[in-house]
Amino acid sequence: MVNSVTLDKDECVGCTTCMKHCPTGAIRVRRGRAHILTQRCIDCGNCVRVCPHKAKKAVCDSFDAIFGYSYKVALPAPSLYGQFHNLEDINIVLTALLDIGFDDVFEVSRAAEIISELMRKKVAQSGDKLPVPYISSACPTAVRLVCMRFPELIPNISDAIAPVELAARLARKEAIKKTGLPADKIGVFFITPCPAKVTTAWHPLRLENRVIDGAISMADIYKRLLPAMKKITEPKKLSKSSLIGVGWARSGGEASGLLVGERYLAVDGIDNIIKILSDFEDGRLSEVSFLELNACTQGCVGGCLAVENPYVAKGRINRLMRKLPVSRNKASDLTYDDIKAERELEYQPVGQLDDNLETAMQKYAQIKELTEQLPGLDCGSCGAPSCEALAEDIVLGYASEEDCIFKMRERMLYITGGNEADADAYLPPPFRKGGDEKEID
Amino acid sequence: MEPLHLQYHVNGDDFTSAGEVSSEIKQTLRRLGISPDIVRRCSICMYEGEMNLVIHASGGVAEAIIGDRDITLILRDNGPGIPDLEQAMQEGFSTAGQGVRELGFGAGMGLPNMKRYSDEMRVDTEIGKGTTVTMKIFLSQSV
Repeated sequence: MVNSVTLDKDECVGCTTCMKHCPTGAIRVRRGRAHILTQRCIDCGNCVRVCPHKAKKAVCDSFDAIFGYSYKVALPAPSLYGQFHNLEDINIVLTALLDIGFDDVFEVSRAAEIISELMRKKVAQSGDKLPVPYISSACPTAVRLVCMRFPELIPNISDAIAPVELAARLARKEAIKKTGLPADKIGVFFITPCPAKVTTAWHPLRLENRVIDGAISMADIYKRLLPAMKKITEPKKLSKSSLIGVGWARSGGEASGLLVGERYLAVDGIDNIIKILSDFEDGRLSEVSFLELNACTQGCVGGCLAVENPYVAKGRINRLMRKLPVSRNKASDLTYDDIKAERELEYQPVGQLDDNLETAMQKYAQIKELTEQLPGLDCGSCGAPSCEALAEDIVLGYASEEDCIFKMRERMLYITGGNEADADAYLPPPFRKGGDEKEID
Repeated sequence: MEPLHLQYHVNGDDFTSAGEVSSEIKQTLRRLGISPDIVRRCSICMYEGEMNLVIHASGGVAEAIIGDRDITLILRDNGPGIPDLEQAMQEGFSTAGQGVRELGFGAGMGLPNMKRYSDEMRVDTEIGKGTTVTMKIFLSQSV
């Protein structure tokens, strides 16, 4: 898979922090630095968040990319509005976007609102024919996780495109009408809170062609907006956001826009998503009709490219929402076909031991046996996230048993004439049997 | 081909971890590359069986034997046994206690679901001795 999380080799010291926090086991540390196993990476951004050396980064388009176009439109994600202290009026942010170089602004929240309306109509028309639970397609990381690990739930995922994809189409259409310029002279740029959306801007999950010309990090835009915002005395009235649209920025927003009453679940955080989907996949928890999934804490406000603490940003979004009308953008002549995906999602399994069942079973047995022989500390010193991961790497030919320093010590002990009774000499401290019974606390 | 034998102990006292064995078996089947549809059916059969072990029999042993033609799932317990098997196979019939029903279980779909999702099922039971449920699911893929 393509992904937008990357490593700055100069900053990486090989500390294994990212590896320990990767929910899909997509990182190994070798030769002094982290390596991303791209087929397993779902762009959740956890590694970017936890890296103590700022070595893990998201690849984004540079702000200067906008100047390659004659007419430049900014598509701010609604989570942007929660990044600023004391922001009373969204128009200040939008006016500042024009001041820093964009020619126009099309709020992603407007497209989100239209998608909510079209989805409500679809839910009402489909009745019992909708899969249960119906799963939101808005978070690309969650969708990729389902395609990788929960194939039974692929048919449950909504076939609606992402709000930014609709926003890009509408924005370009509007810009063509306004300026008379050809489509390729118009630059439509998403201001994104996360790397997953950078990837899907470049490689849409379910569209045949790109609709977004670039994705700029919210952190990057923030530092440019702040001085511009401070200079504004009379903001232009540019915002057409509504409560429903802006609400998508935080967990629960999309689900409440669907107005399905209490029968929805909004789950945030990748570990929570994995747990809930495991339960759903076996047909449990059947009373939920809609499942909103956000890989980031509290939803998009928790994206790793956002600047503000997710809880603080969510609070600000809630306060802004109270001042907004419930609804402001109508689908009008748009129908569900205008927001329908162009391609199906495919099962993309990862971590399968072999194509041949017999060989896979043999490898599985070897992995289990080898795991028993390893200490079980999951210390990460070998550069794999757990003893079982190392065992699998060894069996599949990517690592060797010597990589485990405790196995190394065991070998050295035997070579120098030690025996079973000296086991404590090579065992990791948590597993040693001898020593003083002195209390640690 | 030597079949792969997975065996787990199901703890009858701990309701919060009920379902973990079927979850682990499911993950193993996935790693072996078995088709998602078969994995799902095994998972459901195992889960229902595991819940029965916890709810009715104070735990037991869960086994999965993976061969090249089929997967055999065996659930064994030393519980009270099933007095009327035909009745127990009826949808909606349950002898689950009140506490269990309050948690949302005991809907009477356990054994019927196991029968529905497996290709072959056999129940051996003796009052006062215990119950063994054996299910077979045929693999559609060739080795």
